[in-house]
Amino acid sequence: MSTHSYSLDGYGPPRRTLWSRLTARSSAVWRLDWVLVAAGVGLSVVGSLLVWSATRHRSDLNQGDPYYFLTRHIVSLLVGLLLMGGTVWLGHRRLRGAVPILYGASVVLGLLVLTPLGATINGQRAWLHLGAGFSLQPAEFIKITVILGMAMMLAGKVDAGDRQHPDHRTVLNSLALAALPILVIMLMPDLGSVMVMIVIVLGVLLASGASNRWVIGLTLAGATGAVLVWALGLLDEYQIDRFAAFANPKLDPTGVGYNTNQARIAIGSGGLLGKGLFHGSQTTGQFVPEQQTDFVFTVAGEELGFVGGAFIIALLGVLVWRGCRIARESSELYSTIVAVGMIAWFAFQSFENIGMSLGIMPVAGLPLPFVSYGGTSMFATWIAVGLLQSIRVQRPVSA
Amino acid sequence: MTPFPESGSASRVTVRLVAIQILVMSLLLTLGGRLWFLQVRNGEQYQKEAAGNHVHQVVKPAPRGSILDARGVPIADNQTRLVVSASRTELMKMDDGGKAVLGRLAKVLDMSAKEVRAKVRLCDAHTPQPCWNGSPYQPIPVTDKATTQQALQIRERAEDFPGITAEPTAVRRYPAPYEAQTSQVLGYLSPVTDEEIAKAKNTDSPFLSSDEIGRSGLERTYDAKLRGSSGVTRYEVDNLGRVMGKAHSDKAKPGSSLVTSLDSRIQSVTEEQLRTAMKNARKQHDKNTGKNYKADAGAAVVMENKTGRVVSMASNPQYDPNSWVGGISGKQYAKLTGKKSNYPLLNRSIQGLSAPGSVFKVISTAAALHAGYKFNGRYNCSKSYNVGGQTFKNYESESYGPISLGRALEVSCDTVFYRLAHKEWKKDGGMHPKDPKDWFYKMAHAYGLGKKTGVDLPNEVTGRVPDRKWKRNYWKANKDAWCSKGKDAHSYADKIAKENCISGMKMRGGDAVNYAIGQGDTLVTPIQMATIYSAIANGGKLHDPTLGKAVIGPDGKRVHKIKPHAHGKLPVTKKALKKMDKALAGVAKKGTAAWRFGDAGWPQKKIPMHAKTGTAEVAGKQTTSYFATYTKDYTVVMTISQGGTGSGASGPAVRNIYNAIYGVDSKGGMDKKAAMLPKPQDGLPKIDSHGNIKAKRSEEFEKNAKRAAAGSPTTGAGG
Repeated sequence: MSTHSYSLDGYGPPRRTLWSRLTARSSAVWRLDWVLVAAGVGLSVVGSLLVWSATRHRSDLNQGDPYYFLTRHIVSLLVGLLLMGGTVWLGHRRLRGAVPILYGASVVLGLLVLTPLGATINGQRAWLHLGAGFSLQPAEFIKITVILGMAMMLAGKVDAGDRQHPDHRTVLNSLALAALPILVIMLMPDLGSVMVMIVIVLGVLLASGASNRWVIGLTLAGATGAVLVWALGLLDEYQIDRFAAFANPKLDPTGVGYNTNQARIAIGSGGLLGKGLFHGSQTTGQFVPEQQTDFVFTVAGEELGFVGGAFIIALLGVLVWRGCRIARESSELYSTIVAVGMIAWFAFQSFENIGMSLGIMPVAGLPLPFVSYGGTSMFATWIAVGLLQSIRVQRPVSA
Repeated sequence: MTPFPESGSASRVTVRLVAIQILVMSLLLTLGGRLWFLQVRNGEQYQKEAAGNHVHQVVKPAPRGSILDARGVPIADNQTRLVVSASRTELMKMDDGGKAVLGRLAKVLDMSAKEVRAKVRLCDAHTPQPCWNGSPYQPIPVTDKATTQQALQIRERAEDFPGITAEPTAVRRYPAPYEAQTSQVLGYLSPVTDEEIAKAKNTDSPFLSSDEIGRSGLERTYDAKLRGSSGVTRYEVDNLGRVMGKAHSDKAKPGSSLVTSLDSRIQSVTEEQLRTAMKNARKQHDKNTGKNYKADAGAAVVMENKTGRVVSMASNPQYDPNSWVGGISGKQYAKLTGKKSNYPLLNRSIQGLSAPGSVFKVISTAAALHAGYKFNGRYNCSKSYNVGGQTFKNYESESYGPISLGRALEVSCDTVFYRLAHKEWKKDGGMHPKDPKDWFYKMAHAYGLGKKTGVDLPNEVTGRVPDRKWKRNYWKANKDAWCSKGKDAHSYADKIAKENCISGMKMRGGDAVNYAIGQGDTLVTPIQMATIYSAIANGGKLHDPTLGKAVIGPDGKRVHKIKPHAHGKLPVTKKALKKMDKALAGVAKKGTAAWRFGDAGWPQKKIPMHAKTGTAEVAGKQTTSYFATYTKDYTVVMTISQGGTGSGASGPAVRNIYNAIYGVDSKGGMDKKAAMLPKPQDGLPKIDSHGNIKAKRSEEFEKNAKRAAAGSPTTGAGG
């Protein structure tokens, strides 16, 4: 590694090439959390196999090319890795200044979805068609900008040394900041993302050191809100059905309970070692819907068995564990809040996604981070990983 | 490594970070635990569900084997018909439960919409026939008599008839050769029920939901052999039912054929003669009741003496077994099982019970021999006999003076047997029995009464021997009713009840005396009497009566012969049996049956005939006619309930059956060509190289049957 820089030693003032800068002992590359990257790449690679298995017979979707989804998934992963690199290069501190612009842009994109430019899939108006077969799901980016925005507001006075904890006014302002995009997502309606956003807000508040009253109050408010939404009939019929099927899986196994029932059969029939990649009868027979995206974990359960499923959960565990470490080691509140926001996002979205496949959570249309097919989700998660890396890279080394 | 070592806020945030970390990790652990539960603990169950999910079974029914008569003439076979079926699962998916589709279907089939709907509903306790008794997942046949035109209409307008299919299907047919319906003997089929499927799941012959199984008769006894096994093609399908591949499939195995010992020609003659005898009996006046005989039911059996094989078996009233094919209609079902139906489904040859009357005397004779009386001794055949103040009369109060046991059989003298039975009863201790010998009862058991003969037909009944044990049990079961009824004894019935209440548990003299001539509480079936008389004819062997003669595999190569089997021997010496045989020949020659044989031109020298007549009295009903006869090779037993006397009602019919078998006419002329079966059919019908069984059809049948039936008119009484 150092052979290149060695050859340049002793010739005038050191000319630092890009390569030597990247490979220098003090370089950010050395200080990246490679375990975190490896876990993410591992998940994405397993994900690409699962997506491939779920789609290679889907001539109705893959336009006659069995590798269509596989190649696109791998391209997304590569783009995601570049985005991570770019984020690290920019650095989270430098991005701090651009947060208001990023926040504004993401909210505008979210609003655009609600206009005729948006596309409706599975009852959700959550996509922007960009043409040439590309589409964007602004809700994924909103998750990042809300975390950044709230972190900036809540950490402002504390990092400046003015206060020990964010004051009530600041907390209220940050909540207002989160409320606007949440409302936009609710209108889509993308209930899964709303749930994730609420958990993110809770995590961010906890990490900010805001008073316990805020944390408890917000939890209660969330619960009351959920009850109100249910009682006032603000949910669409398909959303009620999903909850009903979750509460009673034997309910109408050919109707509303069909998805959850088939998902459970797929996973349960995998057994300890699975039926082997490409050999799942449930997968080949397309008994589980949305198998390359929301229900991707059922492919793992059926074809790779308990061993494969547990491996995915373990990789997610590594990812979250490393994220927690980064949050704890950070030297400023802004970084801590950002890191916890990302952890809350990954952890809850993974739990909800796998949980619904296993029948312990209600069905909600959420991708499994890194694993599910979907460009926007892949990009957003790798940007989030980039932010975590940046926090790690820019912490005081000696601390 | 805390972020803010100097500030107090550090502790709050740090604690919260640790809490978050623990919470997040426990969420992931929960996922892992749930995954373990689903995949490892319950994996097997889900594997089964997954298999059921993606495998679709298409059942191809196996052709059921034929039932053939002894010469290979099919009496049950299959026929290809256009069957229109409705899938309940499909119909139930429609908003109106398929009402509109069934309505359209009814129009095409020229049926009423109500009838079509009734056919596809499921049977339960409250649903009358017609209804579907089989699996609700199986297509339900609406009709098996669709014309090609109707089937085409349904197929061409498939969009108007979702869930309806019209397919050529093999259905059971009972062709009734020579018009021999053979109804109760053949039995019938009906769809297998869900409970039966569940029950047979782990046996050697599991059912498929499309199977029909034999419900009675030969169809039931030989069901497992006849049925074969259906073919199942298993397709792997995707969520929309599109076929992705073939899984393990089983080929259909056709059922084996059953060759029976029945001869359809004799069967036809037997059925016809029984019918005619009953018709004629209804024209006869019964002086006891002042009305004509009702002749409400009858049965007749023709059996081979040396093997116990049944040549024909008739039970009247009859029914057309074809009425069951393709689902029975409500009207027909009521006709077969309703209160007014007189229960034609009963096979009275093996399920009809009555007292035997004097045909029982062969057993009493054997009992007397065992008790030490000489066959050729002198026994007083007086006008009447007195037991404890009660007078038991001889039939029509005739007196023959002192006669031998043989002559007593010939003239059917009751008083001889009264006297012997009464003597033995007294010897056994009378009302206070001490180590009773009970010869008369022991002998009935030894002759096979009170138990099944072992005929290869289902639901044979045992009948009963009213011995001491039975009396005691019967008294125990009825004493409360008797005692309360007999408290204030005014009427004759009350007095009898009172007597029964006090001493009904005991064998009384009157019981023993009555029993000895086959009256009273004894109950026998025609098949039991046929077995006994054929045993007397063959030298003492009691055979299991059999109808099945051989099971022939579908390829015609594997032949499993059903060998005759003797289950017992009459407890009589050869010598005594010979004497009895001679006496029974005397009955036909110069005794109570002489007016049907010896005096009616029967060639007794060429074909020695043996007979015993019986007329059983039934409380509150007209007398039962019983007639048991045999030659060297065959035994013929006929009985007619409320039909009159043995030789009077059944005599001409039995004579005509023999006429047909041996080619005899009413005056005794013999024509070898007209004889239908002068010797029992020994071998099996010929099987050709394709496994088909060649049937021999007799062109001459009608002429011969007419010749045999041109017998004497039925008149008069007799013993």
